[in-house]
Amino acid sequence: MSDATQDGPVLAADGTPLKRSLSRALRAQKLRALMLIAPLLLFILITFIAPIVDMLFRSVENQIVSETLPRTVVELEGWDAEGVPSEDVYAALAYDFMEAAERRNHTRLGSRLNYETTGISSLFRQSGRGVDDIGEDYADQFHDLNPAWEEPETWAALMGAPDWVEAQSADDVDGAGLLFRLSVAIQEVLPETSDAYRSFARTVQSEDDDNPVAEEPWNTVYLALYRDLSTGDVSGYDGLMADLLAEAAAAVPDFEGMTPREAFADINDDWLDTEVWATIEAFSDPYTAGYFLSAIDLQLTPDGVERQPPEQRVYLLLFNRTIFMSMAITLMCVLLGYPIAYLLSNLPARTSNLLLILVLLPFWTSLLVRTSAWKVLLQQQGVINDLLVWIGLVADDARLALINNQLGTIIAMTHILLPFMILPLFSVMKTIPPSYVRAAKSLGATNFTAFRRVYFPQSIPGIGAGCILVFILAIGYYITPELVGGRTGTFISNRIAYHISSSLNWGLAAALGTILLALVLVLYWVYDRIVGIDNVKLG
Amino acid sequence: MDTKLPPYATFGQRAWFYGFRVICGLIFFFLIAPIIIIIPLSFNAEDFFTFTPGMLALDADAYSLRHYTAFFGEDGYPWTGLLVGLGFGAAVSALFYFLGSKNLFPILIFGILGLIVGKLWGLEGEEWMTPLRNSLRIAPVATLLSVSFGTLAAIGLSQSHVPFKGAIMAILISPMIVPLIISAAGMYFFYSRIGLQGTFMGVVLAHAALGIPFVIITVTATLVGFDRSLTRAAANLGANPVTTFFRIQMPLILPGVISGGLFAFITSFDEVVVVIFVGSAGQQTLPWQMFTGLREQISPVILAAATILVAISIVLLTVVELLRRRSERLRGMSPS
Repeated sequence: MSDATQDGPVLAADGTPLKRSLSRALRAQKLRALMLIAPLLLFILITFIAPIVDMLFRSVENQIVSETLPRTVVELEGWDAEGVPSEDVYAALAYDFMEAAERRNHTRLGSRLNYETTGISSLFRQSGRGVDDIGEDYADQFHDLNPAWEEPETWAALMGAPDWVEAQSADDVDGAGLLFRLSVAIQEVLPETSDAYRSFARTVQSEDDDNPVAEEPWNTVYLALYRDLSTGDVSGYDGLMADLLAEAAAAVPDFEGMTPREAFADINDDWLDTEVWATIEAFSDPYTAGYFLSAIDLQLTPDGVERQPPEQRVYLLLFNRTIFMSMAITLMCVLLGYPIAYLLSNLPARTSNLLLILVLLPFWTSLLVRTSAWKVLLQQQGVINDLLVWIGLVADDARLALINNQLGTIIAMTHILLPFMILPLFSVMKTIPPSYVRAAKSLGATNFTAFRRVYFPQSIPGIGAGCILVFILAIGYYITPELVGGRTGTFISNRIAYHISSSLNWGLAAALGTILLALVLVLYWVYDRIVGIDNVKLG
Repeated sequence: MDTKLPPYATFGQRAWFYGFRVICGLIFFFLIAPIIIIIPLSFNAEDFFTFTPGMLALDADAYSLRHYTAFFGEDGYPWTGLLVGLGFGAAVSALFYFLGSKNLFPILIFGILGLIVGKLWGLEGEEWMTPLRNSLRIAPVATLLSVSFGTLAAIGLSQSHVPFKGAIMAILISPMIVPLIISAAGMYFFYSRIGLQGTFMGVVLAHAALGIPFVIITVTATLVGFDRSLTRAAANLGANPVTTFFRIQMPLILPGVISGGLFAFITSFDEVVVVIFVGSAGQQTLPWQMFTGLREQISPVILAAATILVAISIVLLTVVELLRRRSERLRGMSPS
């Protein structure tokens, strides 16, 4: 009470105001708690959350087209999607494709675009083999005009920055040497050629570890030179080899050869197909909704979003089946779990603890053990069929197909997930006081009415918790459907695994995974609302 | 429902009373029978997955240990290992004896460890023993990681003022909720990027992440009943926070920590999906080998492996149950 007589703020023992002293103590306490949590949080963020975010990113990521065919993508922006693209687009494609083929990237891009339009994969593989012939006819004519064009040194001296050329021409250059740098003067006069030559020089350096000064350029570089000389004007150039260039510029109007478009059409007619170009253009953005559209049976076409052709609509069916079967499994678990939980919560503690072991043992037993047990039991020559034949319910030649179908998945997964239903139900039912039911009965309710009007409503939280838990676990199951589901009893998870390990369509796997994850997270949030994640109990 | 039928019960009540028990009995049968039935089947002398007439007639020739012999292989030095382990355990026990404690547990534990290590030492390319060895190398390291990080964090989370507690809890529990195939896909993509895919370290980190929610849940559950005045009393008697933690708090929450650890261990030991994607052939674990076996050519050796795993789960279940009761007793609750 003496404080009340004191003036000013209440002071702590050391003389600081009590309020500040308390808030400092609280801050220290918070900091200590966070310091204890921080290592684990960091660990989970790196080992678990980062991978999930990476997956989300992969479901929209689509850099592959713009990275592999950068020039083509730029040129295609001017294409009106009507008719065949211009020669410029084909020339850009030739430069890009040559580099991609040397770097062996084109097959990867081919398989990527093949997910969208079938046939592109083989088109790309074939073109990868034929692309080094594009521009060969021009190369020959340049060689005939002046043998200097055949010499790698000519090209290096013409294209490279002077100090780079000097450094690379020394005798002691081992392997690739310094990264190629372009001469500024030539870049203005021969833009396409210098770009094509730089692409050549850097690819040769990084892929083959060769010095560009000693390598003859690709044929596409000659194609670029022809295109530059026939459209541009080199009279203003007075740098190195200006006379060689002037001679070539004078001769070029008489040159004959295939245009880039003809050259590609010569490799494969499909290059004149607007659908191929529409696909490349549609997926040239670095980010795409294409995988998500595929995951819900839609596709991106030049005319906008459309449904997949009927024979390719599989994913909505799979999502439906996954949800339907998970619901069936959840329902089975409620039907089988409710009586057990009811029995356990009403028996004396000693007996119910003994019986609880029968629930906990399956819970602790390896998932694969239980799945293999069902695989063994449900086979056509398995124990259950043998038993049915022996009893005489089923003829020996008409054994039941219990496995490799939806029935097999539902039976095995109900068994596997049943403990996850019984345990939350049991923990809720244990708290229901028996006196309520007795009171209802003493007021004249029959057994059934007392159960329906008094007991059952109080057990609903347990049913809710168990159902959400079982449904969440069921919807993402992979192992059991894979082993006992056959073709008709598999879930969306199995498709995701297929796309990761067999078809290598990682983007689609990521998109399917993201949709599944969203579904689970919504349920997780509901579960947190109803039960609270702090209240999850194990065993 | 009453546990006893009153003498005045009508016929309908009697029928329902017994009928309900029969239904429950059938459900218990459904739960337990598939696990039990593989045990006799694993002693089948033939390569069948059903009872042969000989087995039904209890003919001794129809039973054999051949699938177990196939499972354990012939290499290894289990008996040498056992002897070394027993000797080592006896030495430790003798040391304990001089220190004033008559504890014979080291002999038992080191004997078992010696047997296992002797059997699995230096094996290469055995169909079942090499995966078992991989499992036994991955699971303990993953468990150690999740228990040490998880216990610290659980202690932090149980303090009275934790900012963003809900969000942190949701993140820490998420590895248990997110479907395994999604975790596996994400980890496969991400670990390939950072060069952990197909390495021992990658599998260990992935399994540790999956085990953490179990440690968090069991340890926080133990800490709920923890009497904070005990730490204050210790501090009052002059103990510093570290001493208080190891002498007062740790012994009390140890049962929770151990059962969390067992959960984490069994999570890693049973895990298939993530290891298939994150691991490579060099990290093939026992469940992975079983999965491959079940998918490709199903051989009865799988039943022998399954029986051994059932035996292990019975041991683990017993340990967890004993620990739970001990923990409740320590916290002054009556064990139920």
